[in-house]
Amino acid sequence: MSALYTTLPPYARALDMTVVDEIDGAPVIGMPFANRVQGRPGFLHGGAISGLLEIAAIAAVHQALRAKGSDANIKQVNVTVDFMRGGLSQMTFAVGEVTRLGRTMANVEARAWQEDRDKPIAMGYMHYLIKAKREG
Amino acid sequence: MTSGTTDIGTLAPKGGGFDPELVNKFMGKHGHSGFLAMEYIGHGENWVELAIDWREDLVADPETGILASAVIISLMDNATSMSIWTKLNEFRPQATMDLRIDYLRPSPSGQRVYGRGICYHLTNSIGFVRGYAHNGNPDQPLAHASGTFIRTGGQTA
Repeated sequence: MSALYTTLPPYARALDMTVVDEIDGAPVIGMPFANRVQGRPGFLHGGAISGLLEIAAIAAVHQALRAKGSDANIKQVNVTVDFMRGGLSQMTFAVGEVTRLGRTMANVEARAWQEDRDKPIAMGYMHYLIKAKREG
Repeated sequence: MTSGTTDIGTLAPKGGGFDPELVNKFMGKHGHSGFLAMEYIGHGENWVELAIDWREDLVADPETGILASAVIISLMDNATSMSIWTKLNEFRPQATMDLRIDYLRPSPSGQRVYGRGICYHLTNSIGFVRGYAHNGNPDQPLAHASGTFIRTGGQTA
């Protein structure tokens, strides 16, 4: 899945997400405002914000795994999204932080913001199961 | 918390009842819900069921064809949100405060996803919701959801 850097998954591409930067080794994903991500007029749909958080979280876990030399696959177990501010009709960014990477699971926090990273519009808290490709 | 004019307010005037099928005809064609082509399936006194067809451009893992988890979030967000208005039998402006999804299993490639949102408790400010997603058999859910919505306007003193 090292392809994630160069090729984001179809869902991310459909919403025009791109890797725009890197923070502490984790890719920052950007998503422009468009009708396809709009909820009520002029605001982002919570599901599209969640999608941006998801792509940032997955990218962060893959990056953390690669840094450890692991080629394991991941499987999402759950997610909690806190919506803190309305997403306005502008560019939105998200980055994931792997708060713990164990042998069987990873805890990730993803943050989405617009103009100011210190004023997140949403935070996602995810658990991923780590599934080794080859056992032992 | 931001609140703006909402699209569906005009479709569901205060005191005029709330028809999730009619509202989804509008909501399901615009914006992100339109992108996902969300379809109305049914509703009851405190629940609404919507569905999204599997599509290649909604996939998060091209190797397996598994849908992006956020597709399920969008589905559950809309279904639970509408379940509050259905229970109230009127529209009131609100914003999703939080939403948790547990993925019991992946949604198989090619299969339609149904999401049932249920409003199980309502106060003057908060709507408490839960729900589940499935592929056609509600007895075999693929995800469970729970969350809260906060009223963003229209409070009467």
